[in-house]
Order: sequence, then C-alpha cells, then structure tokens
Amino acid sequence: MRPFRKTAVFAAACILAGTLLTGCHGSKGRAEFAVPEQLDESQKIELSFWAKNDTNKTQTKIYEKAISDFELLYPNIDVNMRLYTDYGKIYNDVITNISTNTTPNVCITYPDHIATYMTGDNVVVPLDSLIGDAKYGLAGSELKFDGPSKDEVVPQFLSECSIGGTTYALPYMRSTEACYVNKTFVEKLGYELPDVLTWDFVWEVSEAAMAKDADGNFAVNGQKVMIPFIDKSTDNMMIQMLKERDAGYSTDEGEVLLFNDTTREILKTVAEHAKTGAFSTFKISSYPANFLDAGQCIFAIDSTAGATWMGSHAPLSDISKDKFVEFETEVKMFPQYDPANPRMISQGPSVCIFNKEDPQVVLASWLFAQYLISNDVQIAYAQTEGYVPVTTKAMEAEAYQDYLSRMGEDNDLHYDVKIKASKLLIDNVQHTFVTPVFNGSTSLRDAAGQLIEDVTKSVRRKKTVDDAYLDALFDDVTALYRLDQTTGMGSGSKEDMGPLPTASKALIATLVVTWILIGIYYVMMKQKSAKK
Amino acid sequence: MKKAIVIMLTGAMMLAAVACGGGSSNSTPAQESKTEEAKPAEETQETVESTVEEPEQTEPNISEDAMNFEDYMAAATDTEVVVQGSIQGKQNYFVKDDQGKASIYLQDQNGGAYFIYELPCTEKEYELMEIGKTIKVKGYKSEWSGEIEVIDIETWMFVDGDYIAEAEDVTALLGTDDLAAKMNKKVLFKGMKVEPIKDKDNNDVAFIYNYDGSGTEGDDLYFNVSVNGQTYTFTVESYLCGPDSDIYKAVKDFHIGDVIDLEGFLYWYNGPNPHITAVLAQ
Repeated sequence: MRPFRKTAVFAAACILAGTLLTGCHGSKGRAEFAVPEQLDESQKIELSFWAKNDTNKTQTKIYEKAISDFELLYPNIDVNMRLYTDYGKIYNDVITNISTNTTPNVCITYPDHIATYMTGDNVVVPLDSLIGDAKYGLAGSELKFDGPSKDEVVPQFLSECSIGGTTYALPYMRSTEACYVNKTFVEKLGYELPDVLTWDFVWEVSEAAMAKDADGNFAVNGQKVMIPFIDKSTDNMMIQMLKERDAGYSTDEGEVLLFNDTTREILKTVAEHAKTGAFSTFKISSYPANFLDAGQCIFAIDSTAGATWMGSHAPLSDISKDKFVEFETEVKMFPQYDPANPRMISQGPSVCIFNKEDPQVVLASWLFAQYLISNDVQIAYAQTEGYVPVTTKAMEAEAYQDYLSRMGEDNDLHYDVKIKASKLLIDNVQHTFVTPVFNGSTSLRDAAGQLIEDVTKSVRRKKTVDDAYLDALFDDVTALYRLDQTTGMGSGSKEDMGPLPTASKALIATLVVTWILIGIYYVMMKQKSAKK
Repeated sequence: MKKAIVIMLTGAMMLAAVACGGGSSNSTPAQESKTEEAKPAEETQETVESTVEEPEQTEPNISEDAMNFEDYMAAATDTEVVVQGSIQGKQNYFVKDDQGKASIYLQDQNGGAYFIYELPCTEKEYELMEIGKTIKVKGYKSEWSGEIEVIDIETWMFVDGDYIAEAEDVTALLGTDDLAAKMNKKVLFKGMKVEPIKDKDNNDVAFIYNYDGSGTEGDDLYFNVSVNGQTYTFTVESYLCGPDSDIYKAVKDFHIGDVIDLEGFLYWYNGPNPHITAVLAQ
C-alpha cells in the first residue's frame, strides 16, 4: 500500500515546523568553499546521502547500486544512504541538523527548500565553480565516470536550480502534472477526446458523467460511486490555472499576488463543480488512481511520477484486483485555457551538497552528486516511474530510446501509461514553467492548494461560496500561512529590514558614547601615570 | 569617570535587553517572527504548562447531546456530527499550521467506535487524554478511502466517565463483509500464523518495511498472517506505534510459522487495514 495520507499531512507539518525552526538555527557561518586542486585519494572520506523514494523498491535498489558502483570507482569514499519516503521529513531533518553542523553531505531536495537552508551562511555549496571546474566539473578531465557536460544538462531543468542567479543544485529527475483519462468513458458519454484537454471540455464531460440511471447508479459506470474529476495536488492545480491565465501568483522577489480576481473566478468555478460532486480532491476523497482504476473517475490528475498506479493494468495499486475495470487510458497534458499556448508545471527532485570544513569532503560530495546524473543512474531511475532524465545525454542514449520504443510491450517495465507520461514531458519541455523560489515560497504553495480544498469542502457542507466567503477565506489563509509576512523575501537576497527601531538606535549611541568615555578615561590614566 | 562608564554600560545593557525583547511592530520581518515562535524548550514548556493549568477555560462547552452510534452511521458524509466516546488509542501528536493535532480512536460502551482525525489540542491536553478518558467531539463526518471518520473538529471537551474496551475477537469475520461493521474498533485476531512476505530482493521474510520492502527502520512494518487457509497483510503503523514501541520490536522478532494473537484497531483503507498495536502470547 502507498503511504497513508499521513505522509502528506506529516510533510506539511514538517515543513511548517522546519520553517519555524529555521529562524533559530543561527548562522554558524562556514568559510566559503574553494575547489581543491586535486582529490586526495589517500584520504578516507565518509559521505551521508539523504534520499527519497516513492515507496518503490526498485528506486531503493537503484540508489544502492549507484552507491556501490561509485564506491568501486572511488575506493576512498564511502556513501551511507538514509532513505525517506517524503520530502517534508528530509527538509525538517536538514533544518534541524543545520544548527548542529550535522547536515548530510548530499541530499535530494527541492529548490524551495534550499532557499530556506540558505538562511545560514555558506550552508549549501554554490555549484557554479564546481560545474565549470576543468578537472572535476561536469565532464571534467579527472572524472572516473562518463558524466554529462554542462551543455548536456537540459537548460530549463538546470535553471530551475538557480536561486538569485547562483546554481545551488543539480536537477535529479523531472516530472509534471498529467491528466490520466478514462478514454472509454469519455467516448461512452458521446465525446471525442481532444489532443489537448481544455477546462471547458473537462468540466462539461465531468457534469455529463453525473447522470444516474433509474436504479440510482451512475449511468456511465453502473456503480454507486463516480467522481469524474479528482486532483491529487490542489496547490499545483491552482498554480497551473493561474499560470495559464497569466494571472498573479508571486513575483520573483516573493511578493504575494495569489489573492486576485482570477483566483476568485477559478474558485467559483471549482465550487460550482464540487457542489454537483463532479470534482473532488485527494485530501477529501483519496488517491485519484484508486478511483480511476475502479472505473469511478474519468479525469485523474496526478504527477507523471505516479503513472505506474494509473490505468486498468497498473503494476502498482492499492485496490484489490477484483475492483479493477477494463478501459483505455490516455495520458494528457493538464487541462488548458488556451490549448494553442499550453503551460506545464515542471517538478521533480534536485540534489544539493552541503558545505563542510574539509574541502576534500565537499569535493567528494560533488563527485557523488554528479554521478547521480550520469547515464547509468538517470536511465535506470527514470524508468521506475513517469520521470524524465535531466540530461540530453541520457535522453538520447540508445538504452533509453530503446526503452521508450518498447512502450506497451508489458505491464511492468514497459507499462504504456508510464512511458506515455514520460513522453508527455519530453515532448513539451519547452512549455514548462516553475514558480519563483524564495524563503516562504513553500507556504505560498500550501496556501494556493488550501483555497481549493476549503472551497470544495465548504460547498459539500452546503455553504455558500460568494465574494463575502472568499474575502474571509483570503484573510484566513493569509493569516494561517503568514503570507502578510513573506512579502519582499526575495530569492536568497537579504530583505530590507526597514529603519532601525528607536531602542536599537539608542543602544548604538550609548555604546559609542561609552567607548568614547573609555577612551578619554584611558588617556587620562596614561597622562596621570606619566606625571608620576 | 568610572561611574559614568558604568552608567553608560548599564544603560547599554538595558537597551540591549529592550532591543532584543522583540517588541512587535508592523515592520517585523517574517523571519524574526518565526524565530520568536521557535522558543527554547524551557519557554515552550512554560507555555504548555500555562495552558494546562486552566483546562476548563480552553474546553468549549458543546451544548448538543452526542449522537448514538446508529444515528452517526446513518448520517450523510459532510454533515456536522457530535460524538462521544472513551479514548482507546491515540496517534502521536504533531503541530501543523501552529496547531497541535492528534488522531484518536474512541469507543463507547454500546459498541460504537469512532476515528477522530486531527483533533486540535495542545501537547499537554494530548498528554491528559489518557486511555479510558471520555471526550465529546463536534466535527464533520467524512469518508476517506472507505474509512469513516470525524474530521475538521470544531470543538471538543472532556466529559465524565472512564471506559476501556475489551478487544473484540473478529477472527471469524476476516474475509467477510461483516467485518466492516467493526471498523475503528479495538479488535483481536486469534491463532494467526506468520506467513512469508517478499522483501525487495524477492526473499521470503517474516516482515518488511513499507508495503513493498522499500523502506528502512522507522517505516511502517508489514507482515502476512493466515487463519483458516486465508492469508492477510497486517500493518504496524509507525505513526501509531513507532520503532521504540513493544509491538514494533516484537514484529521484528517474528519468525515464519509463529502462531500469535494480535490486537489492534480496525482501520480501513480500501478494505480492512488493521493497525496492530500488540502481540499476545499464544
């Protein structure tokens, strides 16, 4: 079974706790890292690597193989892996360990989280000088493995790891949000599935699917349960919808623009369809895959990294085999307002390295991080889900192309839904976008999802969603996520603290006067002793 | 002169104290505000204590009578409900959105069982929720993957009465639809034989971390047990019973072929998903 929803809840709790702890870790500054001239292979180095898997044993095994292969190449370096099943826990543990200087050496993470790690001085190693190093940089001359050059890392993915113009991570895997569609039911309802889903189409088909027969069963599936449209990640849903409408979310500097008229319009539409039961969310109902596979959902939106759970023949599932129904699954881009100008959110883990006293340790960390984007690791890991490798070197490799070409040969490694999901992102990299990263961007993301969750719950509980309701909701969510306090916390930049408080000014003045008095006293004492 | 310096230094110290005191103003940046919340343990403890000293003040009065279990089960999802029961099990406490939360298994003396999801409470209130104590809860009935529960708790309060339920033997109901009627109850499974389960390397073992063996120490434990020729997968929820709990340690000592009695709560996730809390000697 997949991790119980506690994962999502705990992740949110951890993120919040971590955010709160961030402020008190202090800035135990380290010296800035400088790339050593040479890797000292006589020095025994032990690295800790904190990784995340999607509760997927193949991913665990790939990490283990990557470590053993790397240790064979660099016998003086040992890598100890600590596995997590959600990013929130990693984030929380990193924050806790910053204060004690016991961060891991290498860590799978998100740029949003790195922005918070960076509130300490030189905690996260900037990678630009390492990337460009002739010996140990990407495709460097002294590497013992065939890694990608900088040009071979997909530029969009690499740029996502840049905070305030500095690269703080390497992309590790990329995914996007996809709409997994029960094509059989769409056609049964008398519709033809378009190449690009539009919001109008999805809402119309979803409402049509609510029709019931004389026995009270839903006509389209003959069952008592049908939720035509379920979204796993409502934060991504709101972000996507706003981006498609070119509406505000936040500025690059961290100014919150979420609470605008387009957001209101979106929420009213969501309310309209939640009221009829045509729309629900993961938090309210459960995993979209459970409903899709049982023929109880038509449009299931989830990450491409969840593709192996989707469809009639999904290799992974939480529902019993007897509940599966047979249907044709299509994998489509997230619904669009303007299909001629599609937008797709880019997501997926990155890998950062933490600064340590010994530059040799940091260099070893960098080598391992770099090894994770070599073809062996990239191709193997990308095949575990609907992920996409982050390098063109891996994407164009014969082994990966062969994998893609064998789509549908079996319902395991070559499961068609999974490979369709990967192809969706590969074919649309140029349409991807990311949201600005700043200290507080995680809270804003949570708030965006909370708006949809609250509106959906409210209409299910017979409450009216109108402008007065939305005014109050905006205020509540602003307060809950402290969004009135995140303004201006730009990408890694030091925020304007405003004028000094009066007490501080007085303190400084007093100290200055005190030092002057000490100086006068010292001179007087000197003169006195000289006279003696 | 010495006096003047001492006076100035004293003044500086006083001003330093004032400046560091966190006098709030609208211009306080978020990071400072968050720092203020992450107080040292001692201060946090004080805050908790002060909340606890006045439990009556924090306990809202729920004027409505609690529903009986039949009415609760008959109520539609997304309707407001008031239920009452005695605490049989509680999941660990965590803080989310500045609010402490805990999930609780309740049971009444008439056979009603309730799962209370994310009950808002302070850490001290959580400690006061001893097994057997009775609470009344007002929230919304919900269903998540088949699990019927009370969520979005508006208010709750301690009420008089203590009750610790005996675990009900539901072994004979395994594999039948009738088991659903026991959802959220403290239950007992007798004479269960530990069966092999595949780890991530496809070896037969007595238990695995995570449902597919992908996990490590601290993750949920999964193990197979059989009775009457049928095999079932049971779970030790790390959230309910962590690595330091007796049950977590006991499962790690399981051997294929062991015959055991198991106690736990009948959680539901797309079907029965018992969360085992104790292994009893056979």
